[in-house]
Amino acid sequence: MSAATLLHVEDLVLHYRTRQGTVRAVDGVSFDVRRGEALVVLGESGCGKSSLAKALMRLLPRNVARTGGRVRLGDLDATALSDERFRREVQWTRLALVMQASMNALNPVVRVGEQVAEPLRVQRRWSRRRALARAAEVFELVGVATDFLARYPFELSGGMRQRAVLAMALVAEPELVILDEPTSALDVLTQASIMNALKRIKRELGTSFILITHDVATSSELADRVALMYAGQLVEVADAGRFFAAPAHPYSQMLMASVPRLHQRARPEAIPGQPPSLFEPPAGCRYAERCPYRFARCAEHPPAFALGERHRARCWLHADDGEAGGAP
Amino acid sequence: MSPSAVPRPDDAQAPLIAASDLHTWFELRQWGFLRLGAVRAVDGVDFTLAHGEAVAFVGESGCGKSSLARTLLGLHRPTRGEVRFAGRSLGELKGRALKAYRAEVGYVQQDPYGALPPFLDVRRLLAEPLIVHGVRDRAERERRIRAALEEVRLSPAEEYLGKFPHMLSGGQQQRVVIARALILAPRLVIADEPVSMLDASVRVEILELLRHIQCERGLTLAFITHDLSTVRHYAERIFVMYAGRVVESAPVDDLLDHPQHPYTQALLAAIADPDAANATRLREVPAGEPPSLLHPPAACRFHPRCPHFMAGVCDRHDPPDFEPRRRHRSACWLHR
Amino acid sequence: MMGGRWGEGLRELRRYPSALMGLAIIAALVAISFYTVVAIPYSEALAQWRGGEVWQRNPVNAAPVWLDRLAGGGAPRTQVVTSAEAEVEESAFTGGRRLRIPLAFDYEAEQFPSELTLFLHARGHDQRPFVRLLWQTPDGREVPLGGYRIGAEERISLSQDRALERRLGGLVPHIGLLAEPGMTAERAAEAAPSVLPGRYTLLMDVLLFDEAARVDAELVLYGRVHGLAGTDHQRRDLSLALLWGTPVALAFGLLAAVGTTVTTLVIAAVGVWYRGWVDATIQRLTEVNMILPILPILVMVGTLYSTSIWLMLGVVVVLGIFSASIKMYRAMLLPIREAPYIEAARAYGASNARIVLRYLIPRILPVLIPTFVTLIPTFVFLEASLAVLGLGDPLLPTWGKVLNDAQSQSALYNGYYYWVVSPAVLLMLTGLGFAMLGFALDRVFNPRLRSL
Repeated sequence: MSAATLLHVEDLVLHYRTRQGTVRAVDGVSFDVRRGEALVVLGESGCGKSSLAKALMRLLPRNVARTGGRVRLGDLDATALSDERFRREVQWTRLALVMQASMNALNPVVRVGEQVAEPLRVQRRWSRRRALARAAEVFELVGVATDFLARYPFELSGGMRQRAVLAMALVAEPELVILDEPTSALDVLTQASIMNALKRIKRELGTSFILITHDVATSSELADRVALMYAGQLVEVADAGRFFAAPAHPYSQMLMASVPRLHQRARPEAIPGQPPSLFEPPAGCRYAERCPYRFARCAEHPPAFALGERHRARCWLHADDGEAGGAP
Repeated sequence: MSPSAVPRPDDAQAPLIAASDLHTWFELRQWGFLRLGAVRAVDGVDFTLAHGEAVAFVGESGCGKSSLARTLLGLHRPTRGEVRFAGRSLGELKGRALKAYRAEVGYVQQDPYGALPPFLDVRRLLAEPLIVHGVRDRAERERRIRAALEEVRLSPAEEYLGKFPHMLSGGQQQRVVIARALILAPRLVIADEPVSMLDASVRVEILELLRHIQCERGLTLAFITHDLSTVRHYAERIFVMYAGRVVESAPVDDLLDHPQHPYTQALLAAIADPDAANATRLREVPAGEPPSLLHPPAACRFHPRCPHFMAGVCDRHDPPDFEPRRRHRSACWLHR
Repeated sequence: MMGGRWGEGLRELRRYPSALMGLAIIAALVAISFYTVVAIPYSEALAQWRGGEVWQRNPVNAAPVWLDRLAGGGAPRTQVVTSAEAEVEESAFTGGRRLRIPLAFDYEAEQFPSELTLFLHARGHDQRPFVRLLWQTPDGREVPLGGYRIGAEERISLSQDRALERRLGGLVPHIGLLAEPGMTAERAAEAAPSVLPGRYTLLMDVLLFDEAARVDAELVLYGRVHGLAGTDHQRRDLSLALLWGTPVALAFGLLAAVGTTVTTLVIAAVGVWYRGWVDATIQRLTEVNMILPILPILVMVGTLYSTSIWLMLGVVVVLGIFSASIKMYRAMLLPIREAPYIEAARAYGASNARIVLRYLIPRILPVLIPTFVTLIPTFVFLEASLAVLGLGDPLLPTWGKVLNDAQSQSALYNGYYYWVVSPAVLLMLTGLGFAMLGFALDRVFNPRLRSL
């Protein structure tokens, strides 16, 4: 773990218990995020990416069947902390989460400014005035006029509410912000301007981000690194340049080929089949069923092969060029 | 845009569906009688779609594209103007004729799960339109249901007939929705954001399927989307809508490669193709937000956000349709 | 319709023991109902419940047998001694015959009978026969009980013979005749009299004055316990009312629940679908109806018009149509109205009726089933309450009417707990059964309540 590493996640597991059986939503996920770096967790719906966010934030539902793995935040072993200490010392202040559709979860009867200032007043016991002043700063940062502080959520458009939620996450200056589908419900132009705000914040404040999305195009707007998730596992983790230009895993390649592009004339190609059920994922490679390159070995579960510095792919095709090692 | 002055070279026949001066406003009332104003969801739209043509209406949420779709489907009554289908005005259709029109138009919705009644299995929900349109013979219905499932490539059909919507994946659900839209053999299919709720890997499949069926059957396909990047291979013409109006229309490649209207340009600039370089550059985004349809800006609807705003012109006079390029219309004073 | 979902739901139901309990209770009640309706036809039940001759041989206010068992036994059952089983001696005299009929019986119970009555049945005479009675105890005492000239049907209530009571030292005959020797009312005040067990005989000397005349006698020693449910003040067997109360309660509850739910649901759906003035009218009607008190209205109808259970059912359903549940259904249906599949149905031309009946209502049925199930007992209780208030059906035996009788006879004051407890327990069981099933169904069909 190098000095620049902010978040180190090793073999993270989160299984749910449901009436139909155990859902292996996060099934051995490892990655790290450096300071000032943005990691995009890319995956289709139901691949477990939102559960990953919940596991990192320890926002676990009641029906957890199994959790496991190690999470280090800087030099702090977050796994060793009690829930209470984690909530006090890590949540909001060091690690913040913007949940999916959280713009609709604002309290409708409390002014937006108060809601944004809330974490400071609760966690840091700041005075109302001081907290509101800080909230105003963050509002400017995310591109909302400060006179919106005194408004109620219903007086704000969807884009503005999403910015307010973002401001709430940023207000306590966390080192790492997890964004779960922050723009998926928004219009193209609003999306673009929120992504602009995120880029600016990343550049100016050096905040690290984990952006969770299903949208390949959006992911490229912020990503320094990309982690592609499939059926509860990461299949490839790579620098953005590498990932978008020459992905290694067959799923990455096919996903990239399936994206309709605006400025290119190449016709997108669909990926046949469907992801496996998370109840009983296949014992071997989880992508094998849809993979055109599958061969005998795919019946075994592939480890993550290191293909270069900080580039790993979980595919037997790379067994020769890479060394099997830590999971991606 | 007055009725398309640009007939397709190979298309001399009468248009299938045409809208002229179409307005769909929703009155806001209090206590049933106090008029508070009107939401101008569709506010003066003209177009003509020929037989067998695939077009896309593109715009952000609240631009009126879904209201336009519903007006074409006859689910909303236009406040002003009319829709003509195969030469007959929709407003004149009553009773049996209106019902016959409903069989002529298929509808594919955005949310495939919501579009299917959760308490009916695939066989029954596909039988519904047939029953409604008086197909009494059980065997005949079964035959058509199977054919429809095969056509949307849910085969073998037996495997799907007994399933309930929640047992199907999103892509399969959308195929069932498409099968239902096609089962009455319509001449026009309106697809409102057919792939926006689906996963990236499934989107292309569904779009390909729609396009394939459209070509096979010679259908007219009106495809409504907010996502310009999905349009290129699946439509022939694009209409860009903003605040209840069509601001630009052109054949797909021409529009995507040479956008004329400042709004279209902004839209295109905001959309990224996946590329690592995106992370390092800020996108140019026009300030502000889409206008309220209750109180839209005067004259050109885009003028408050437009980088080329010309005071005294854009905020005074409604821009007419100009034709800056061949078959390429744009409602902007810049082309004057 | 929707076989798959229902099947799934029912399979899921097996996971809840409370549901199985509830189902078992309901199944038992339904089984009782079927048995009752087959075994005791409706007209017969009505006729019997009207009372009279049929119940002659039953004791008044007797407790159920099982209650005595629980208390340790000792209470006598009703004993009937008939002349048919007796060894009749016949001798002739001028102008007639003389029959000597010994009605002998063994009395082994620890407690005294509740009443002593002799039924005489004479036929074929012109001149009325004469009967002289002599009571013989096991220890050889003889108590003359006097002579009677009897008619065709004679009921000699020994228990009410005041003169005999005086001769027995102030003890009521059904005690005095069976008590140990030397027992009087004064001594009975100090120590309770006890039964002298053994063989008793009521010796009847019958004088018949006609050739064809015949006399049959029946001595009834009324017990203190009777049957599974005991009897009421009119000697009626309560098990008849408790049995017949079951189908009546279930039918009333079910019909009222179905009637109100179906009409309310359809009206709510129509209002939601058409909106505008239709909806407004329905809403205003509901609001007016919500402030109308249902019980006083039923009392009024019952008092002024008729207390027939079917009329009450009708009134309950009519008042239930525009009940508060319309508001609930409306709230559930409003979002469904906007569901894309409804829009799709409009787009392919489904008629309004089809949309309301085939698309709107089925969507909320699964959520309504539990409410419906728990609604059934509320109507059962309503019917019982009406009966307790004296507005029960005048003819039909129901649980509520049993309670009403018990109340009017001060059953609890007199210690006839069984009279109140058994119908109350049945009512509670009904409520419990449906409630347990309903709550379990709620968990199955209402996903939000499911523990994940």
